Amino acid sequence: MSVYLRLFWEFFQTGLFAVGGGMATLPFLKNIGQATGWYTYTDLMNMLAVSESTPGPIGINMATYVGFTVKGIPGVIVATIGEITPSVIVILIVAAMLKKFRDSKLVNHAFYGLRPASTALIGAACVSVVLEVLTHVTITAPAGSIVNHFSLEAASGLLNWPGLLLAAVLLVLTNWVKPTKNLHPIVFIILSAVVGIAAGAA
Amino acid sequence: MEEKEVSLSALFWTFAKIGVMTFGGGYAMLPILQREVVENRKWAAEEEIMDYYAIGQCTPGIIAVNTATFIGQKKRGVAGGIAATLGVVFPSMVIISILAGLITNFSHLAWVQNAFSGIQVCVCVLIFNAVMKLLKKSVVDRRTAAIFAVVLLGSIFLRIPPTWFVIAAAAAGILLKNLEVKGK
Repeated sequence: MSVYLRLFWEFFQTGLFAVGGGMATLPFLKNIGQATGWYTYTDLMNMLAVSESTPGPIGINMATYVGFTVKGIPGVIVATIGEITPSVIVILIVAAMLKKFRDSKLVNHAFYGLRPASTALIGAACVSVVLEVLTHVTITAPAGSIVNHFSLEAASGLLNWPGLLLAAVLLVLTNWVKPTKNLHPIVFIILSAVVGIAAGAA
Repeated sequence: MEEKEVSLSALFWTFAKIGVMTFGGGYAMLPILQREVVENRKWAAEEEIMDYYAIGQCTPGIIAVNTATFIGQKKRGVAGGIAATLGVVFPSMVIISILAGLITNFSHLAWVQNAFSGIQVCVCVLIFNAVMKLLKKSVVDRRTAAIFAVVLLGSIFLRIPPTWFVIAAAAAGILLKNLEVKGK
């Protein structure tokens, strides 16, 4: 299959099944990276950070970034169009029968099950990010197996202590400190970048 | 006579402007949408925007795109929906392409790598916070808690594409709600 066709198809699926906005596309993008080898999970996290720090909806920024990583400017166009196509089709249909859609029991019941699943998928993505960044556990799946393997890089110890310390500080600042908790994420991203540079220079 | 037809290029550029001003995801979009679409252009009433936005959150895809398609199709049908949607994604495509090109060229520098290793820690916290916020809205009773737990553990330990979890969860939602009706 041509790369462009694959790119379009993967993003079409993401646009169709990711419910609840930009962050909901993260588990799908992670899966695409694993299945195709186009980018690593670390690459994806960097893309997410850039997407949160630049203008535009996060989901679109991430699709654009992945598209660029895979195939430059043509990749940008194919990935983004792929991601928005299902939305446009679904919304045009919903708009035509707005009242029916809102009162539909079937739709409401499906979303009753969908919402916690969507949250859980992002939660699982969060667990793998935390394992990858804050510990030295690597997750791999042998070819043909659907069970993930967790392995420890013995030489480096279990935990990334400086990272954990920074994470704890950020967690407190974004949740419990009144003057800082409503600041835009870009503030914390810049702060973390500065800490990273300072720690690297020390 | 009474209402001048909105041009497709007006839809495109208005939503391009909204795209540039949306900073940090669909949730940040609402106040800008209210100002541009309701107050400045008078393309839709306040309540309509709220409806579109609410539906945009629970239909598949990016919230900003869903809302743009809704308003565009209201003004100019299918072509309008497409024009507004292309408008809202246009700035992202330009800005990210430029940035991605720059970052690729500088990614070998040690300080850039150090900056990103700090940023990755921040991303962990931001995703965690997003999950906590979503939990309150999506896990509302014991059954939704069970769905959450099954999908969470399933996707941590198994390598199954997220699509399957989504389809299974929608089916489970319909099934559980139907059992509840019958049980009464």
